[in-house]
Order: sequence, then structure tokens, then C-alpha cells
Amino acid sequence: MPDDRVITFGEAIREGLIEALARDEAVFLMGEGIADPSSFWGTTAGVVERFGPDRVMEMPVAENGMTGVAIGAAMAGQRPVISLHRVEFALLAIEQIVNNAAKAHYLSNGYHKVPLVIRIVIGRGWGQGPEHAQSLESVFAHIPGLKVVMPTFASEAKGMLIAAIEDDNPVIFIEHRWLYNVAGHVPEGYYRQPLNGPKVAVKGRDVTIVASAYMTLEAVRAAKVLEDIGCSAEVIDLRVLRPLNLGPVYRSVQKTGRLVTVDTGWVQYGIGAEVVARVASECFEALKSPPLRLGPPDHPTPSSRGLIPGFYPDGDRIVQEVGKLLAIDPERLKAGRRTLAEQRRDLPIDTPDPFFKGPF
Amino acid sequence: MAIPDIKPPNTGPDVSSDLLLKFYFEMLRVRLVEEGIADRYSEQEMRCPVHLSIGQEAVAVGACQALQPRDKVFSTHRCHAHYLAKAGDLKRMLAEIYGKAAGCIGGRGGSMHLMDPDKGMIASIPLVGSSIPLAAGSALADQRTGSDRVTVAFFGDAALEEGVFHECGNFAALRRLPVLFVCENNLYSVYTHLDDRQPKRPLTEVARAHGMPALAGDGNDVVAVYQATREAVERARRGEGPTFLLFDTYRWREHCGPNYDNDIGYRSESEYLEWRERCPIAHQRRLLFEAGLLDPDQEEARIAKIRAEIDAAFAFAKSTPLADPSQASDHVYA
Repeated sequence: MPDDRVITFGEAIREGLIEALARDEAVFLMGEGIADPSSFWGTTAGVVERFGPDRVMEMPVAENGMTGVAIGAAMAGQRPVISLHRVEFALLAIEQIVNNAAKAHYLSNGYHKVPLVIRIVIGRGWGQGPEHAQSLESVFAHIPGLKVVMPTFASEAKGMLIAAIEDDNPVIFIEHRWLYNVAGHVPEGYYRQPLNGPKVAVKGRDVTIVASAYMTLEAVRAAKVLEDIGCSAEVIDLRVLRPLNLGPVYRSVQKTGRLVTVDTGWVQYGIGAEVVARVASECFEALKSPPLRLGPPDHPTPSSRGLIPGFYPDGDRIVQEVGKLLAIDPERLKAGRRTLAEQRRDLPIDTPDPFFKGPF
Repeated sequence: MAIPDIKPPNTGPDVSSDLLLKFYFEMLRVRLVEEGIADRYSEQEMRCPVHLSIGQEAVAVGACQALQPRDKVFSTHRCHAHYLAKAGDLKRMLAEIYGKAAGCIGGRGGSMHLMDPDKGMIASIPLVGSSIPLAAGSALADQRTGSDRVTVAFFGDAALEEGVFHECGNFAALRRLPVLFVCENNLYSVYTHLDDRQPKRPLTEVARAHGMPALAGDGNDVVAVYQATREAVERARRGEGPTFLLFDTYRWREHCGPNYDNDIGYRSESEYLEWRERCPIAHQRRLLFEAGLLDPDQEEARIAKIRAEIDAAFAFAKSTPLADPSQASDHVYA
């Protein structure tokens, strides 16, 4: 049944939380600022009023301890959802995440389960600087025992969040801050989207672009520009970083022979590095050119809008790099690149692109 | 908020003679198991680190005897005594230390990770302080579901240096969680004395600063441990929140391994001998003999029975097959 209702990614997360809370008494939320006026970028707005402070729990500013508390409660059969405003806060909890959340099932020879969701916000913008705007998803994706998901589209954010809450494993649920206001068609009610791997966002035949979260939107945008000059890019939204299922990527590269990865986090030891390594092992014969990895440069994220230009990959960079990869005459890309620039007009560099409002 | 006073427990008629006997033989059983490990360790068949509780048995036994089978315990790398005191299966414990498939967790954790969740021995985590939040979370789950179970977090004196102890003390007091924070102060973190790690202060005051009552007791007096713990358990069951229990005790052997290490320079032989004079098991034995609750024949028969059980458990652990490599990748995900 088609669903014409359009809401934002942030509203979709909120609906997912409400549906899960209403469905299962064992679900409860913990976080700093989830029951306050800021309501975690609106994703918990009105939720405490509906479910009360015992199910929407303002927690002490004690990320490691409270993550451990959530793990202990999950081992005892509860289904906590803990929300961390920035990935840097999760670094304070990494001991509990890596040692206890990721290991309890394995260590106990399958006895214990940790049905825990840890919402972690990554992102950028507004001068957040080196310690408030990192994208450290690959840190978590390194750890066996964790599931790491990173939705892009609003309907998937809701469905994957519900699936993560239903999952009997600890799920790191990565939310890119610049996605919160991106809208999409989102079904009403309780539904789940399996945490089972990538999806093709744009079909194509000349080059495979693998991206996650906000970078998927930049890649989709680049694919449209490339399409106008007859270059067909296939964009694959990775969605699930662990367990990693690259079947759709292999199938795509078998078809296109070319691979570009676009990461929100650093390139070295990043998500793209793993994708390229596996594609090289699985599809070596199909590759027509060396794979290319895009991501922020190898230095911390500066605060000043004077220092930020060029830091994040965007649609224009992807267009240029794909152009080089396919030996497209740069002159042919000019019109499309101009369109991309015009879409931004004089918008400040540290704010999301209006192009991305959607609906997607 | 005023922190409620807890009356110091008084030894007396509410500890039955059966229980006094039980304390003794439970502690003795833990001692004999660990001596059995120490005696066999050089065979190099137990190929994992072992942290023995020899000298510290009264805390594990006294505290766990104050619990019901449904209550829950979280422990540390030094978990043998807690596991046994919480009725963990001895054969599966030794098999675990021998790396066998029949181990309590199939050889996945070894000596530092003993657990028997069906007996309430939920987990042992060998990072200082790391199991404390799990215990608080377990208590939160019980509070949320209206269960009357109580959870105990055992840890050592160094855990008070870890942030996570304070994070959990704060939260448990805030939410009045049914959890006991049981600190076994054996004075040393590996080779470093408490005085070199913490300012001189009563450790109980640290807990009180988090808004929870605290009791200190002689950690080598099993009756004192039992009575203090029982008091705290009753508070928790009544919904009055967490209690911090401090028990001073002493590890006789090296931090990790089967040997004595009083000669390597971090502590003195005389200090060790002073504590050895205060052996919790000898103390309890004296009490039983003085009260006429135990006679030598009865004792000998019980000890023979315990030794037979332990010998059989070692024989089982040695003879049962090693965990198989094909199982190594099981249970990464539920």
C-alpha cells in the first residue's frame, strides 16, 4: 500500500521509539537530554509526557557507567535504548561497549543476550570542531559482537530502529545529524526493516558508488548530474556496517568494473577501506580501474568555516572524481557542476544543503 | 538527603549453629579447591591466569550465605570464591580453568570469567570496576519488573579509584536500586599498596558521599560479613536502596598465580604472617570447637567428603575433552 505521508528522518526516529515503547514494556530509554526541552534533536519530543520518567529516563552524565547499567539491564531481559548526543560521548563508554556489550553473549557460551540499542549521533556543521563532529563508526564496526547500522532514509530509520530494538544483540545505531531534517515517505504504525545489508539507491552500469548516511545523499546527487551526460552511476547505500554483507556491492562491481567509496569518517582504516579490500579479494578480475576511496582528509575537523571548505566530500567532488575515473572530459561536467553550485547558492558551508530536504 | 544510619550488626542467637558450621565448611571447601589449583598449576594444564582468593574466603562465603538462590552476584578476575560461594558447579569451574568444552562457559573465558547464571552467578569481568554497572543494571531491571531479587557487586579496593564505581554509586543511590556494593579491601592492587593509591580516608565515607549508607566489617570474620550483608540485603529488599559494605581482608598469595611473593619487595613477610594469624577459616574453626559445635571425628569425615568431591572434580576436568576449534566462532551473535 503506498504511503504518501512525508515526515523527516528525526520524526521517523521519534515514531520508531514511540511504537517500540508502546509495543513492549521491556523497552525503556536512557540518555542525557532525552526528557528535556531539547528532546534530543526532537527525536524524543513528547515521549516522556506519554510514557513517564521511568521509561524515558534522564540519566546522570556518566556515559560508561550508564552504558554498563543498560547492558546489565539488557542481560536481565530489558530492552534499553541509550542515546548519546555525540559520538565523542560514546568514547567515554567504549570500555563497556567493547568489553561487555560485545562479549556477553560469546563469553557466556550463548547464555546471556544483550538486547541493547545505543543511538550515537555523528555529523558536522556549525563550527562543532575536532571533538564534537567526528564520524567514528568504523571504531564500532571493528568489534565482533556489535551490530552497527547507519540509516540514510527516513522510512528506513524508523524500520531499522524498531528492528534494532527487537534484535537480541547490541546494536550501535548511527544517526548523522544532517539527516534529521531530511524528509521521506514513512509508513505509519509498527514495522521493521531487516538489518541485513546494503540497498541499491540508484541503479547504474558504469561505476559503483558505495556510501553511507549523508554521503549516500551526496552520491545520489552526483549520480543525477552524471546521468545527464550519459554516465550511469550505481549508488549503493551500505546501511549495515556490521555484520557486513557486501553481496549487492560485488554484484554491482561485477557489472560496472569500477568502485568508489564515500565515507563520512576518515579514509585510513575506514569503512571504504574494508569495502575496497573485500571487493579486491572477491571481484579482482572484474575491476577495470583501481578502486577509489573518498572521505575527509587525514586531519582533525576544524571549527572555523574558513578552514572547512574542501574537508567533506560532496556531490561536486564525487562528480569530479568519477569523471577522472571514467576519463570524462571535464568540459562535459561543467554544466552539471554549475547546477550543483547553484543549488547551494550562497548558503554557508556549515549548514545542510536545502537540496537534501527531500522527500526521498 | 539524610543518609540513613545502619546499626552495626550484633553477633548472636540469630546465627544458627547449622549456619556457623556451614560457614566453616564452605570456606574450607573454597580453600581446598584453590589449594588444589595451586598444587597442580605447575603441571601447565591450567593454561590461563589464576587469581586465588586464599585468605579472603570469609567475604565470599559470608556475603553469599546472606543471599537467596534467586539473588544475583557479579564478580571480578578474582572470582573463584564468589562462584563457589554462590553454588557454582565445581566440576564445570575446574573444567573451565582447564580450557575444556565442559567448562562453565565452554572454555571461552577461563578462570577470570567464571559464571553459573542459573545459580545467580551472573558474570565475572576482569577489568577493575567493569562489572559494577552490570550489577546496577541488573538491579534496575529487577526494580522495573517488581522483582524482589537483590544483586551484589563484588570488587576490590582499587575499584574505588575507577570512575565507573562513582557513576554507579551515584545512580544506584539516586534510583534506590536493590544492589549491594561489596568491597573486599585486600590492601593491594597487584603490588601497589592502598596508601600509594588513595588518600587516607575511611572508604565508607566515599560511598556515603554518594548518598548511600555504608558499613565496615572485619573481612576475616565470616559471621560479621554475613550479618552486615544480611542487613544490607534486607534494606534492598524493602526498597530502601543500595548499601556499600567494606570488608578488610588479605590475599595470601601472589596477585596472579599459585605462589607466595612476600620476598619480591612490595610487602613484608611479617605483614603476611600477621594476617595469616587472622586466617578466617582457623578463626571460625576455633569458634566452633569452643562452642562445642564440632568434634574432630565429625570434622574429619566432612573434610574427607570435601576432598573426595574436589579430587573427583579435578579428575573430571583433566579427563574431559578440550574445547574444539570448531566452537570458537559460535555465539558471536544471538
